[in-house]
Amino acid sequence: MSSDLLDLTGAAAAAAIRAGELNAGELFDFYRGRAADDDLNAFTWVAEGRPVPAAADAPLAGVPLGVKDLFCTEGVASQSGSKILEGYRPPYTATVVQKLTDAGAALLAKTNQDEFAMGSSNENSAFGPVLNPWDRTRVPGGSSGGSAAAVAAGLLPWALGTDTGGSIRQPAAFSGIVGLKPTYGACSRYGMIAFASSLDQAGPLTRDVTDAALLLRHMVGKDENDSTSLKFPGEVSLPSRQDLAGIRLGVPEELIGAEGGIEPGVRESFDAAIALAERLGATVHACKLPHAPYALSAYYIIAPAEASANLSRFDGVRYGLRLAGDVDLTTMYSRTRGQGFGPEVKRRIMLGTYALSSGYYDAYYGTAQRVRTRIADDFRTAFDQVDFIVTPTAPSTAFELGAKSDDPLAMYLNDFCTVPMSLAGIPAISIPCGLSDGLPVGLQLAGPAFSESRILDAAFALEQALGFDGSIARKGGARSER
Amino acid sequence: MLERQQVDHVARLARLELSDAEAEKMASELSKVLDHIEAIRSLDLDGVEPTSHVVDVVNALRADVPHTSLAPEVALEQAPEPTAAGFGVPSPGASAE
Repeated sequence: MSSDLLDLTGAAAAAAIRAGELNAGELFDFYRGRAADDDLNAFTWVAEGRPVPAAADAPLAGVPLGVKDLFCTEGVASQSGSKILEGYRPPYTATVVQKLTDAGAALLAKTNQDEFAMGSSNENSAFGPVLNPWDRTRVPGGSSGGSAAAVAAGLLPWALGTDTGGSIRQPAAFSGIVGLKPTYGACSRYGMIAFASSLDQAGPLTRDVTDAALLLRHMVGKDENDSTSLKFPGEVSLPSRQDLAGIRLGVPEELIGAEGGIEPGVRESFDAAIALAERLGATVHACKLPHAPYALSAYYIIAPAEASANLSRFDGVRYGLRLAGDVDLTTMYSRTRGQGFGPEVKRRIMLGTYALSSGYYDAYYGTAQRVRTRIADDFRTAFDQVDFIVTPTAPSTAFELGAKSDDPLAMYLNDFCTVPMSLAGIPAISIPCGLSDGLPVGLQLAGPAFSESRILDAAFALEQALGFDGSIARKGGARSER
Repeated sequence: MLERQQVDHVARLARLELSDAEAEKMASELSKVLDHIEAIRSLDLDGVEPTSHVVDVVNALRADVPHTSLAPEVALEQAPEPTAAGFGVPSPGASAE
């Protein structure tokens, strides 16, 4: 029975429960057991007992859910992976988490992450790094590394993450699962501990495309507590498409070449997937995103600038850590922040504060905002010619723990292919498209704002044809046994 | 490119206490990142409007109707130094200007 339970996707488990073939409480206990035995350090909290059973007709039917630590969950520690929020138990729950539990999801766990979602390897967490279930000497990607690793290893059926510059898509790629960053504004940010407010979006990390569609369906919508949230046009449809006839795929030369640091093995797997898409009926077109190579620079001004403002709230006054002793107010602020934040967070606060400081504001922040306009324009022009843009999700496969931790710039380059879509606010999905030297490669499919249902449909058709086998990671990971 | 003196100034603006070693490391690391970022200054961006937000929403207002928000005791529950009057803090002391 156990291995059967492990083989069920989230959607299949929900259907089985609703059909009376599976007991939601037993499924919860099964995953609770697996989460409790976690040896990947994927969790910051695991529920102790079964929650109140979901209503009989609830669409998510009591299937367990994990959410990234930065989602506020009432009464449950929510630290965004940081020491500065030690012991913080929010008095309210994030809108998307509430919406999913209202739809019948059972909150099983909070997942480990890079501190304040700043990182691409999950090594910047106050709770320590997360291991990749495909190869435990490697990182799972970040910043939603705990969610990605847990779903890939079958410690959770599905999970929530957040994506600011690639933090859902890149760990999904490194961990061989599906990750979707929705259109900016599609999901409420209320209750997400903020990193960069004009970029942050919540999204699903799942075993397959259907699961991503099902979770997203119950996440979207305008929320009076987030004035940047928007009404989602229609309902997110569950994907069913089996071919790609008539679909025009754009391959931007700027994001697939060696100059972007794309490794040969990643490129090979990507090219094979594109050839497969053609066999499914898609036409493939070279397209241009001339400003995409500048996206990373613009992002590493805009995101730290917004972060430096957002993180000013952590000052030892209202919640979390305070380090004082007999000192004055300003020293209390500085000392609390100096010792409460980890190195990467401090680096980004410094970068953002510098970029916003008097005399530099227009040269850095103003310029970056103009580049952002150009990048969004590039996508608009491209989408006049093609339906979707396809790229590798990340330049490499999962790298070894510690390989890039001493070189911030090398770490930032992980986001090369994902950041342009973030700056343009458009939706993008990463699906596993193959293995390179035994490690998963991700393919990214991006479309215009609010094209999620079409993206999911196209990704589904490709997923069926690719037949990627993620069960290796659920069985312990092939590479770990070499 | 970033001098130690600038690092100290920015750290003061950001209310971040950095050790000597941290500040030295920060100067060299941030310089490398800033060198990379400089690339965008070579672009011709004359007449391009800045984008601060991709969503086309202006002045999202709600009706001015009173509603219940967090009770004071709930808001204070997580505070390191809750007092009857609100959030307690150390004296501004000598650094007050």
